[in-house]
Amino acid sequence: MSLRKVWAIAGKELRQASRDPLSLAMLLGVPTMMLVMYGYAINFDVRHVRLAVRDLDKSAASRDLVASFVNSTYFDQVADLAANADLERLTERRVARAILAIPEGYARDLEAGRVAKVQLILDGADANTATTVLGYASALIGAANARMFLASPAAERVNRSPIDYQPRVWYNPELRSTQFLVPGLVGFILMLTAVVSTALSVVREKERGTLEQLRVTSLRPSELIAGKVLPYLGISLTATAIILVAARLLFGVSVRGPYLDLFVATLIYLIGALGFGLLVSSFADTQAMAFQVAMVTSMLPAIFLSGFIFPIRSMPLAVQVLTYAVPARYFNVILRGVILKGAGLASYGRDVAFLVLYATAVMGVAYARLTRKEV
Amino acid sequence: MYALLHVVLKEFFQLRQDKKMIPVMIVGPLVQLLALGYAANMDVNDIPMVLVDEDRTAASRDLANRFSGSGYFHLAGAEDTVDRIEPWLVEGRAQIALVIRRGYGAAVAGGRTAKVQVVADGTDANSAVVGLGYASRIVSGVGAGLLRAGIDRESHRLAALAGQGQSTVVGPGPRSVGQVELVPRVWYNPDLRSRWFYVPAVLAMVLMLVTMMLPSMAVVREKEIGTLEQISVTPLQSWQLILGKLVPYVVIGLVDMLLIVALARAVFGVPLRGSLLLLTFLTLLYVLNTLGLGLLVSTMVNTQQQAMMFSAFVLMVPMIYLSGLIFPIENMPQLFQIGSYGIPVRYYGNVIRGVFLKGSGIGVLWPDALALLGIGTTVLALASMRFRKSLD
Repeated sequence: MSLRKVWAIAGKELRQASRDPLSLAMLLGVPTMMLVMYGYAINFDVRHVRLAVRDLDKSAASRDLVASFVNSTYFDQVADLAANADLERLTERRVARAILAIPEGYARDLEAGRVAKVQLILDGADANTATTVLGYASALIGAANARMFLASPAAERVNRSPIDYQPRVWYNPELRSTQFLVPGLVGFILMLTAVVSTALSVVREKERGTLEQLRVTSLRPSELIAGKVLPYLGISLTATAIILVAARLLFGVSVRGPYLDLFVATLIYLIGALGFGLLVSSFADTQAMAFQVAMVTSMLPAIFLSGFIFPIRSMPLAVQVLTYAVPARYFNVILRGVILKGAGLASYGRDVAFLVLYATAVMGVAYARLTRKEV
Repeated sequence: MYALLHVVLKEFFQLRQDKKMIPVMIVGPLVQLLALGYAANMDVNDIPMVLVDEDRTAASRDLANRFSGSGYFHLAGAEDTVDRIEPWLVEGRAQIALVIRRGYGAAVAGGRTAKVQVVADGTDANSAVVGLGYASRIVSGVGAGLLRAGIDRESHRLAALAGQGQSTVVGPGPRSVGQVELVPRVWYNPDLRSRWFYVPAVLAMVLMLVTMMLPSMAVVREKEIGTLEQISVTPLQSWQLILGKLVPYVVIGLVDMLLIVALARAVFGVPLRGSLLLLTFLTLLYVLNTLGLGLLVSTMVNTQQQAMMFSAFVLMVPMIYLSGLIFPIENMPQLFQIGSYGIPVRYYGNVIRGVFLKGSGIGVLWPDALALLGIGTTVLALASMRFRKSLD
């Protein structure tokens, strides 16, 4: 392999990339855009739940209960319903997500020391939000019950807090989602820049017939492949740096572990991703096809099967098994460790070993396929 | 009309010639459906927990059992001292540590305050929030039980004293304390399966792919190869050309829609409670939007790569994330909430959920239908104008 020839191909590739500033800007700008979106707009906590109230009791006690819902800041009261209100209409038109119905006799039951039932109707179409809202409501009712207990005369003579509960959160004490999204985002973005752009750049030459021309030159396949891959390695590393800098400036997420370990892990992951891009290009004949294949086999798994957003343990067993073949899964574990926990690669030997295995296997197969076709 | 038919046929032939493309258009949606149906699950359970029980009494074992028996946590291991939990959390072998200090049992028995510590790995903030929520529910349940038992004991003692006539300062005799019971009723999805929420959303995403990104790439491809020039000098009118290029993708989009509806029901058990006809009609209105955007993209870019990246990352991803399709709009900053009114996916999301889960009819969904029609025709008209200009 002659370095000069590799360099020539890489230079050609870079020149081609720079003639398409829109694509280059997107490759480098998309990471920041996604980071901003994830950081500001995407949020799993649920607040301002639109609550309609049907209070048939209209007593001080029932107003107290409603007030405790509204004051919790989780609920915004949007309607005060009469006894004959059409509840279904409210949820179907999304006027309210939840309806709190307090029956007549609520205060009387409490006063008499009986159990008073209140109903909470939830719009279950968004199951996640409904689950969270149900949790809030149960907690609020639990707190109301505790207050009533403590108001009883006997309560003055017992220890009011039998348990001192001390929750501690390590590595991300404020539990901010951006902290854990940043590493996942790096894994996803690298799939985009490495797999998709490598695959497209090869397939584009196939479509235009220029690959044929390169084939008849004195270039060896290995030189051609290395030359094709190198520029995208550089672009991907730049994209990573941009995410890390943006994450630090915008969201205060800093790298706690050694940079060298971060770099090494990223490099191994990238080699696998670039190899996968080459592999895709050996199957696809058109750019549309290459993109579709790359998206389904690399980007979707990097989002859905890597533990980036959705916890792997909650998946069905068959899908969990599948996640072992997704390199982003291992990369996420390592990146979270290095960036947030300040750990080094030594703690993640198994994950690193898998990434190395993946990278060599994919590069090997891609190389074999491309050289067999005498690219 | 005849000319139009020919363009449609040509486009179909071209799609068929690219033999691998048709399977991709069917397989792509399938994979998305499976990913969202099986993998997208925000439920957190089976959190691996490491236990540090310094107390080793019946009371501490009872607390630990409540954690491991809750179904939310499973015991991944145990350590003798707190300072040995760090490797468990760093390597991810445990996500949460339950620490019961020495003296817990004695404090519980003596009515003093007992200490319980829970350490969570916060790197996965969502799971940590949920896990801490479970933990605090368990601990406060234990605490409430202890408190109630103490109060009951005390009430009985007071009652016994009052009964013996030894005390008159206690006031009225003891009575049981009233309690509120929450009776939840969940409409449309009583078991709260997140799958029922995610699976219909695939429809909106797949249609964006098939009727926005692919047509934009197809148009740009002709630009790249130069055949668009050739077509533009034929007597074909530009509206015929536009319509002819877009119709095949509408057909494929509708096929994908039927496929998804069928699989959502057969594989994931998501009911289609409303009318399929209404869904088809409203889907066509949505497709006006996606086609318009796709055409618009094709007039702004020069290469297929640009078309693909622009539709995927400048349009698709933000529209999916910011439209409420997956993440609730109420939680976003005000600015994003207002912006979401301009995103057609927002209205189509309402349509999908309304028709699938709520069985809504046009009586409820007409505002969404109007919005889709309004935005769709505007975008499509704008795109056609630009496209015509770019041909001249």
